[in-house]
Amino acid sequence: MSTIDVFKLANTRAKGKRPNFLDDPAVERVLSITLAVAGELAVTRERLDTVERLLAKNDLLSQAAIDAYEPSEQEAQQRAMWHQEYLARIFRIVQQELEALERSDPSSEDVGATLAEGESD
Amino acid sequence: MAEYGAERYGPSADVPPDYRVAGRHAMMPAANHDEIARFNFLANLVKYVSTRVLPGTAVAYQNRAEPAFEDKHGHKPRDRREVRKAMEGDPYYKIWSALRLNTMEMRQQAGRSVVLRQLDELNAAAKSLNDDKPTLQLDPSVEIPRYIGSVDNHLMPGSYYTELVADDVSPAANYDVGIFVTTQGLFGLHTDGAGHGLVKWLADNHPDLKINRILDIGCGLGHNSVPVALGFPDAEMYAVDVAAPMLRYGHARAQDLGATNLIFKQGNAEALDFPDQHFDLIYSTMFVHETSYKALHRIMAECRRLLRPGGLHVHLEQPPFHGMSPFEQFLRDWDAYYNNEPFWSTVHSLQMTDVMAKVGFDRASLFETKVTAVVDETIFPKAGDFDYGRGCVWYTFGAQAEAA
Ligand SMILES: C[S@@+](CC[C@H](N)C(=O)[O-])C[C@H]1O[C@@H](n2cnc3c(N)ncnc32)[C@H](O)[C@@H]1O
Repeated sequence: MSTIDVFKLANTRAKGKRPNFLDDPAVERVLSITLAVAGELAVTRERLDTVERLLAKNDLLSQAAIDAYEPSEQEAQQRAMWHQEYLARIFRIVQQELEALERSDPSSEDVGATLAEGESD
Repeated sequence: MAEYGAERYGPSADVPPDYRVAGRHAMMPAANHDEIARFNFLANLVKYVSTRVLPGTAVAYQNRAEPAFEDKHGHKPRDRREVRKAMEGDPYYKIWSALRLNTMEMRQQAGRSVVLRQLDELNAAAKSLNDDKPTLQLDPSVEIPRYIGSVDNHLMPGSYYTELVADDVSPAANYDVGIFVTTQGLFGLHTDGAGHGLVKWLADNHPDLKINRILDIGCGLGHNSVPVALGFPDAEMYAVDVAAPMLRYGHARAQDLGATNLIFKQGNAEALDFPDQHFDLIYSTMFVHETSYKALHRIMAECRRLLRPGGLHVHLEQPPFHGMSPFEQFLRDWDAYYNNEPFWSTVHSLQMTDVMAKVGFDRASLFETKVTAVVDETIFPKAGDFDYGRGCVWYTFGAQAEAA
């Protein structure tokens, strides 16, 4: 019987003080949790994909068949692209932040003020 | 391929290969479907962060941080320390950093969760392959140097040396099972592209060098020892490391991969117990950045002592800072500050030729060059700089000892 606490030890921290990048440590914590959840959804999606493909291929379905499933190069490509699109979706805000950096726009409120010029005359 | 290929999706179709194409061997921990899917996700996350998020840091610098710095100080940042001052509060730099940090941490968690659930089997498998063979030489009196013991390198919990149980191989197993996440296979099927690259470089540049005795220092689990041992099957080769778990796993793995001329020996590269002028070739891969200023000098002096006249020592590393823009230097320094690579910044600022000259190598014998990874191109068609500071071309330095 194993004597080690697998779940706890798998999660243990590396020696060395952890940096905090975001202004609020609570936000930093939420980011870590969100990324972990994102990862687990990706895992579930990939498993489901395997199940669907196997169901299509075979009449029967077994745990061993899932673990032994080897995607073809083309299937692997398709799955990895799913990951990339999924990541693009969940990091939309980061991409948009960059787009705003590349070209800054006025706010709707500012535009509204311009458009309203002359209104109270 | 058409439906999901570049014809329709362009660069969006450039994605990492499936984890299952990575090379297997008898020691490789078994990963089930979901564990593999987790590695696939993380490989894609690394790719996403390095190709889609990272480039924006340059835009944030040019459009926001650099002008703000110039307003305040009357000049642009002049070196990487001033770039850091300008950038460290930048919101875009912060989100990239936070994402990258989490990616590193998640990769460790994913690897450890695979390894630790089968720890007893892995340790037993190593024991049976190692089988008291004379080619595994452990020495419990070897101490872990301060530069390895103070923080866990690249956020690897427990580092290379921590043993959770007796005869543990788990640090090496975790290193091996998850390395695909950061390399995406670009270092080759067995993460051995540097070793193969070195064998090719030797054949191209030193075809007449007689190589009977080889030493690899800081060998880790032998990713880049095995291809050299196999490339020189008649040579006697030693691979040394301070960390026993790496050596146990590495030896078992090498036995399975057929490198039986390879001796894994526990020892500190600063002072090894081989006789003077014992080796024809001494080399290291991705090693010197994990030492210290003093240790590096001692290691170079030890290379000088151990080389026979006319022998060669060669070290493959990340590129030095000279010639890079202050912004690029700053980005590469990320590892020094946040990825627990405490010597990274110093080592990349050093002139290795000066270090070697200082320990007595004749300046005329020194060289600096590049070695390119040699990988199986049917599976991994292209090499390039895929994650900042981790290219498939290594800065390479060394010296050829004067002939007798
Ligand atoms: C990044 S790993 C490099 C592994 C290997 N060369 C490769 O290419 O995969 C660095 C290794 O150097 C070892 N190490 C660090 N300082 C050492 C020293 N003074 N003597 C021997 N090994 C050392 C560590 O234990 C670790 O396994």
